[in-house]
Parts: sequence; C-alpha cells; structure tokens
Amino acid sequence: MERPIRVLVAKPGLDGHDRGAKVIARALRDAGMEVIYTGLRQTPEQIVAAAIQEDVDVVAMSILSGAHNHLFPKVVNLLKEEGADDVLIMGGGVIPEDDIPFLKESGIEAIFTPGTPTKDVIEFIENNLKR
Amino acid sequence: MNIEERLLKGDKRACARLITMVENNDKESIDIIKKLYKYSGGAYVIGITGPPGSGKSTLTDRLTKELRKQGKKVGIVAIDPTSPFTGGAILGDRIRMSDLALDKDVFIRSMGTRGSLGGMSKATWAAVKVLDIYGCDYIFIETVGVGQSEIDIVKMADTVLMVMVPNLGDDIQAIKAGIMEIADVFAINKSDLDGADKTQVEIEMNLDLNEKRDYRPPVVKVSAGLNKDIDVLLEKLFEHKGYLEATNELEKIRTRNNKLEILKLVEEELMNLIIDRAVKEDLIEDLSKEVTLRTIDPYTAKDKIISLINK
Amino acid sequence: MFDDKKIEDIKASVDQWEKNKVEKALAKFPERKEAFVTGSNIEVKRLYTPADIEALDYNEDLGLPGEYPFTRGVQPTMYRGRLWTMRQYAGFATAEESNQRYKYLLEQGQTGLSVAFDLPTQIGYDSDHGLSEGEVGKVGVAIDSLRDMELLFDGIPLDKVSTSMTINAPASVLLAMYIAVAEKQGVSKDKLRGTIQNDILKEYIARGTYIFPPEPSMRLITNIFEYCSKEVPKWNTISISGYHIREAGSTAAQEVAFTLADGIAYVDAAIKAGLDVDDFAPRLSFFFNAHNDLLEEVAKFRAARRIWAKIMKERFKAKSEKSMMLKFHTQTAGSTLTAQQPDNNIIRVTIQTLAAILGGTQSLHTNSKDEALALPTEESVRIALRTQQIVAYESGVTETIDPLAGSYYVESLTSKIEEEAYNYIERIDELGGAPRAIAKGYIQKEIQNSAYKYQMEVESQERIVVGVNKFHIDETDKKDLLKVDPAVEKLQREKLEALRSERNNEEVETTLKVLKEKAETEENLMPFILDAVKAYATLGEICGVLREVFGEYEQSVIL
Repeated sequence: MERPIRVLVAKPGLDGHDRGAKVIARALRDAGMEVIYTGLRQTPEQIVAAAIQEDVDVVAMSILSGAHNHLFPKVVNLLKEEGADDVLIMGGGVIPEDDIPFLKESGIEAIFTPGTPTKDVIEFIENNLKR
Repeated sequence: MNIEERLLKGDKRACARLITMVENNDKESIDIIKKLYKYSGGAYVIGITGPPGSGKSTLTDRLTKELRKQGKKVGIVAIDPTSPFTGGAILGDRIRMSDLALDKDVFIRSMGTRGSLGGMSKATWAAVKVLDIYGCDYIFIETVGVGQSEIDIVKMADTVLMVMVPNLGDDIQAIKAGIMEIADVFAINKSDLDGADKTQVEIEMNLDLNEKRDYRPPVVKVSAGLNKDIDVLLEKLFEHKGYLEATNELEKIRTRNNKLEILKLVEEELMNLIIDRAVKEDLIEDLSKEVTLRTIDPYTAKDKIISLINK
Repeated sequence: MFDDKKIEDIKASVDQWEKNKVEKALAKFPERKEAFVTGSNIEVKRLYTPADIEALDYNEDLGLPGEYPFTRGVQPTMYRGRLWTMRQYAGFATAEESNQRYKYLLEQGQTGLSVAFDLPTQIGYDSDHGLSEGEVGKVGVAIDSLRDMELLFDGIPLDKVSTSMTINAPASVLLAMYIAVAEKQGVSKDKLRGTIQNDILKEYIARGTYIFPPEPSMRLITNIFEYCSKEVPKWNTISISGYHIREAGSTAAQEVAFTLADGIAYVDAAIKAGLDVDDFAPRLSFFFNAHNDLLEEVAKFRAARRIWAKIMKERFKAKSEKSMMLKFHTQTAGSTLTAQQPDNNIIRVTIQTLAAILGGTQSLHTNSKDEALALPTEESVRIALRTQQIVAYESGVTETIDPLAGSYYVESLTSKIEEEAYNYIERIDELGGAPRAIAKGYIQKEIQNSAYKYQMEVESQERIVVGVNKFHIDETDKKDLLKVDPAVEKLQREKLEALRSERNNEEVETTLKVLKEKAETEENLMPFILDAVKAYATLGEICGVLREVFGEYEQSVIL
C-alpha cells in the first residue's frame, strides 16, 4: 500500500535559525512526504510527545547553537522509553565532525551538516525507513 | 497486550498507530474498529471551521485548555491541505498547540487531506472514532478552512463552530452561502482589532435573514491571542450541546450523519469494486474510446460497467 | 548626467557593436550561460554604458559625501578621516572567559567590543531554567545578573571603548546592567558609547529570539528611545537589522526593503509615543550583511542610504540631516561559509570585507573561517581581524571616497535595487506596515521562497559553491575547533545559587513588584528595570515579571 512517509521536523533548543529546517520541510513535502512542523524552542519531551501522537516514521531535528550533544540523545532516549523503536532519527545543523561518532552511537542515525543537498536527505529517508 | 487492549487502556501509541492504519486504508484497522465500536459514543464532536488566518488552531488550543481545567479528555484532529501535485503536505497546526503536547489527556493528530476533495475523508471519520474509543470526552476537528471542507464539517460534527475575524471584507460575502446555515456558534476572533463590532452586526443581520432555524446561533467576540472570553465561548458551545441533548436533536443529527457516512462507505466500496473489475478488463479505456468514436453512447457504457457488479 | 545627443550616439554604437562584434564572437564562442544574474537573481547585461544610467541626476541621486541623500557616504571624509570600527562579535562560556577574549582583541588592535550573549540570556531565562539546559554559554556569554556583567567588563574602561550588544527582547535589562557597571566604574551615563540591537521585528521575521508579543515589545523599544535621548545621549538605541533577514535567505533587495520597512515601523511607533523625530532618529543605526556578489553588495549599501534619506526627509519630515543618515554596521555573511574546505572561507570573507568597505560601512565584523563548524578559535578570529586590517592598510580602497561611484554597472544596479526595495515597501504599506505584514506572514513567506529557490539553484548546479557542489576534495584532516566546556553550565548555576543567597532578597522583591506594577501602566520602564538590576535581580526574574504582564509571543509559521 502506497502511503506518504510522515516526518516530524523539529527545532529543539533555543536557537531561532530555522532556514535549514524550513528548506528541508519544503523539500520533503515536494518529495511527497507529510511533514509535521513543530516550530522553534521545542523541548525533547515535546518532540517525543508529538512524534508519538503523529506516529511519524522519521524525526528530523536541527540545532545550530551547539546544544546537540545534550538534546539529540535525550530525544532518542525518551523515544525508547516510550517504546517507539521504529522511528528513524536524524539530526542536522552546525555540528562539528568530532561530535558525530558520539551522536551516532547515541542513536542518531544520520547527521547532515551545512551544504548537504536536500536530495541526499530525501534519499536517506527513503532507504532507511524502519517500517 | 495487543493494540485493541492498549487503545482501550488509553495508550497514546496504540491510538496513534491505529489512526495511521485507518489513514492508510489498512483492512485490519477496520476490523479493530468494528470490534471496539461499542466502546465509542462517549465523545462530543465539535467542528471548527473558518477562513485561513482566522486563528482556528490557537482558538482550539485555548478551548482545549479551558476543557482541561474541567478535567475533560480532549482529542484534536487538525487537517491541512495535501499538495495535489506531489502528495506531500506541511502540517503546521501543532505549532499553535505546543504546550498541549505534554498533557497526558490531550491527543493531537495532524492529517493531510490526501486527495479527498472536501478535505474531510473517510480517514477523518475513522480517526474520530478511534479517538472516541480511546476515551476522549471532546473531539475537535479543525478544517482546512477553504472550499468544500467548510460545509463538509457539518457531516461529522455535533456542533459546528465558525471562526471569523474582523475586516474580512469581501470574504464574508463569499462565505454567506452555505456557511451561515451550518454554523451553530460564531466566534469573532482577534476581536481586539478594529471592526469586530461591525463584523458582529453583519453576522447578526445575516442570521436575521435566515431566521428559519430553531436554534439561533450566538455570536461571541473572543481573542485567542490575548486569551480573552474563551470561557464565554465554551459556555455557548455547551449551551448548544445542551439544547441538542434536551430536544433529541442530537440523536437526529447523529443519525443523519451516520446515514451520510454509511452511504459514503457504500459508494466508495462499490466504486472500488467496479473500477477494479473494469480496470482489470481494460473496460474503461476501451469504452471511453468507443464513446469518442460514437460507436456507443456514455449511458450504454455506464450500463456495461454497472453490469460487472453481477458477475 | 549626459546630454541627450551623446546618449543617442552611445546607444547607436552599442547596437552596432552587438550586431557586428558580439554576434561574430558568439558564433565562435558562445557565452558560458544563457543568462547572467547577480547573487540575488537580478539580470546582468553584457555591458553597461552611460545609456543605462541616463535618468540619473548627479546632485539629486548621488550628491556629495556627508550630504543628502548620502548615497556616497555619511561622512565628508569617510575613511581618509577615520577607518571604520573593527568590531569582532565575541563572547562565549562565562563572563570571566569572555572578558579575557575582549582584552585579547583590544590588544590586537580591535577598536570596539561586540558582545555575543548565549541563547538563554537572549530569551530572558536564567542559566538554571529548564529550557536553558545544554545552551548555557554556547553561542555567547551567559549573563544572569549584574554580577556577571561586572565580571564581563572587569578592567575595561567603559568611557574609552564603545560596546555593541547583540540583545533584543531583553535589551532594556542588559542596557541597564551596562549602565550600572559604568556607574560602579565612576563613568556617568552620558559618556557611554555603544549600540544595543533592540530590533524585535526581525526576531519575529528571521532570528527567533523573541519573548513578548509585538505591542509590549514596541513599547519597551520606545521606552529605550525616550530614556536614552535624555540620559544616554551617545548610545545607539537600536540597530535595525537586515543581517538575519539575509541569512534567512532573502535577496539583497529584500534585505534592504524589509529592514527599512522595520525602520519605518520603529519611527512610527516612537512618533506615536510622542517623541520628536529629530530627537531620536539620529541614534537609529542599521546592520547589514555583506555577501559574495561584490558589486551588487556595494550597490545595495548605496541604495539603502539613498532610500532611508528620502524616507526620513519626505515621509517623516525630519529636519536634522543626522536623522536622514543611514549609518550601519556590517557583518560578513555567515551563511556563505562552507563546512567543506574551511580555509576557502578566508577568501570569501575578504571579498565580503571589500564589499562592506566599498559600500561605506561604519563598522565591520568579519566572520572566522571555521564558523560553519563551530564557534571560532582564537587563531581564526585573528585571521578574520587581520583580513580587515589588510584591506584597511594595504588594499588602497580606503584612500578615496566611494570609489565605485560612476561605474555604469554599479550605478545602474544601485537604482535597480532601490526600485525593487520601494516596490516591497509599498506592498508592506498596503498591508498596514511591517508589524501587520509580519503577522500575516508576508515577509517570512517572501524570504522563504527566496531561500528555497537558492537551495534548488545550488542543487541543480545553476549556482556553484566552491568545495560544495564543485571542486570537492576528500577531507580527512582533523580541524582544530573550539569547544565550550560543558562544566560552564554547572558553574553558572552555582554562581546563580550563591547570588540568590547573598543578595538582599527583600530589595529584589520590592523592585520586582514595583516593576510589575509599572508594566501595567504606560510609564517608561527603564528606571524601574535599572532599580531591579542594581538590586541584583536576575535577568530571568525581571523578564519573568514582564512575561506575567505582557504574555509571550506565539510564532506564526508560514511555509
């Protein structure tokens, strides 16, 4: 059964730079996905609650403030606690290379840094869905 | 625990998953709803409609908070348009309700229209049932707010709340037809802006012209942004509910709506059945061509397709 | 500027040249592209001649430096008199560490300070607030109370430096802290020089660090205008910012248009609050972005000056020339920096520096090469500062005023950007001004459309970004990046706890109570904020009281 992929695009933390998140949201929509956009200043708890209620296939988060090491893994853990283990979790933003191994270990399955073409993100989602 | 038991226990993930299944036309989900249908009927459904930019989401957020003060469990279905070209959608209504996300007795679900013309689809109907079984006392359906969806909401809701804003100008003319008849309560949102009184007068005058209904819809000025007079609005919604319940109108409305739903389901099923068979035999393409060549007429073509049912 | 006969001759010879020379050349060697456009998608012709600027009137449209309409610059001698202020935006971790960086930068020849605050500070939360988790000291320095501010400027004489603070929603609180620190140093308010960003409209549009809804926010801003015009006369009370609008993806013309539309809204608000335009307008300043398309950027700066001068004179009937001058700070474009081959960013920043200087900026921040990766290291900040110094002392572009004036292309582009910007400003006026246009999502939508278009152009390789969609290399070498110690958050929380137990809490409560009461009236809040600050009420406590009265802004998302 052909069904649209559902993606939650979220900005955890306090930074207000949502250019990337919005461009991604539009690109995913244009690729035929349903994008639930939750806006700025979302706590990990809010992101997880939205992901559960919207039953999304993907959670895509963007942070430019440097709080990624703190906030990304928190989202992963909260999703696990809720038993939502079939969600693909990705992150993007200004993220130093050194932090990427840690984030991947924590359960963020892909990290996209500035300059990533949107089609790479779309392809990654299409090829790595968990259900 | 299986998904049915979890849903009855009020498990959010089960509720969410079941809505996904009905949205995707999953057969199993229909079986589940069949089994659990007896647990539904406890929810009161309020449709919220109004033009884009009238602040429907913020108002839904405020009304929900007011209901939460009274300990009610609330479900929200927020509908946004699906792009007819790509099938994708941006569902952004949650943004206005972000502090509700963490409330254990609030469930918000965003849905794309996914090709249903009016924006109200079989899936919306089913999602409302799931939320009902899940245990919501109140369910809000927030429409796209343009075109047919504004009218269609009446087929699903017990009470229809129409949200207006001051200075709509020509828009008010446009929505007069149809809308005035289906709304049970009017809210003038952003009433701190100039022109709120004028809009109120216009609506009241319009209602005077249409004075054939037993229940005169109240017109309430509110400001969702400033959180003003939300309690008054909720009171008016309750009054309408009370009226429907006291006069047996509620049962009538629900029976009417159920009839519409059943007919819609039958129509879809029949269509699918016929189309399925007709497509298999390339019948539609062939018949269409024949009609073009004038070898047969469209009515005969229709008869041929209908006859497939009996095969 | 040219007589009609001459123009006709030129047009004729250009026609001839196109027919004979150009067509032949094209037959042999087609041009690289079908159509050429600027970085902001303005069409670029093969050649510009006097015929392209025939409508230009020298005295009316360009004038002389320091004279209306200030197209050629706001000072009569420009950089021959004094170079621009080299002002590197810096701040991270704790006040103590940032203080060290400021002292280092001053030793290196920097001439003004520019304070970056962390996000909790920018949004009015203390370091121990739940939402501050993971953010303390990350993108700037954490300031919770006057005590942190005292440490931040320890040993830096506030009568000698000028300080720019990138602070918006809680600008009045941070300004009050600065005034209080100065008083402790024995420096009176009237000697303080500097700028607060204080531009809330662009926060709603593009930057996202808002707190309160538009109305009370505009009130806080006009309170500052009024207070400073009397008490802190040398302070620039607002820096109306196009920088972030551009970073969010706008075009050059949109950057000018939306920034000036915001400016119009602030002037309107202040006049409505009863201020005289010439009392506050001279203290308005602007903040623009410098992008890669060198000549377009120069044209943009020149156009912005010309438009603002006309708006102030014609629309607001300003009488003082100072009210008509658009003075601006520039920062090179963060969004043009690439994470790939970061050394290339030094060259980008150099081009952008030239754009800002040739465009006549009053002060400049140059980005560091590693900013697409992390906060800049000391070494990369030094290179960025050296870039400015090389342009200032070695390039020669500073020796005469507005050297690109009279270039047929640059003048034509200046007029083109002016025209596009006017069209936008007109549209915004029709919508009821910038605040209404923002509430309707109009401005955001225009920017997002430009941003999306740009992204698609890069992905289809219509636009080349060196090292990103062309000329890649495999990069394996480790980059040396700055890391903020996560212990900062804990440290800052401990400091806060100590403060709360040591200060006079009764006085804190009294001042906060008064502030709350005054917030409900129409009175100017600056004096009461200052009282609370001096009692060591924290930023979070002060903003908390105001949140109770004003409520919070809810984002409108238009995608």
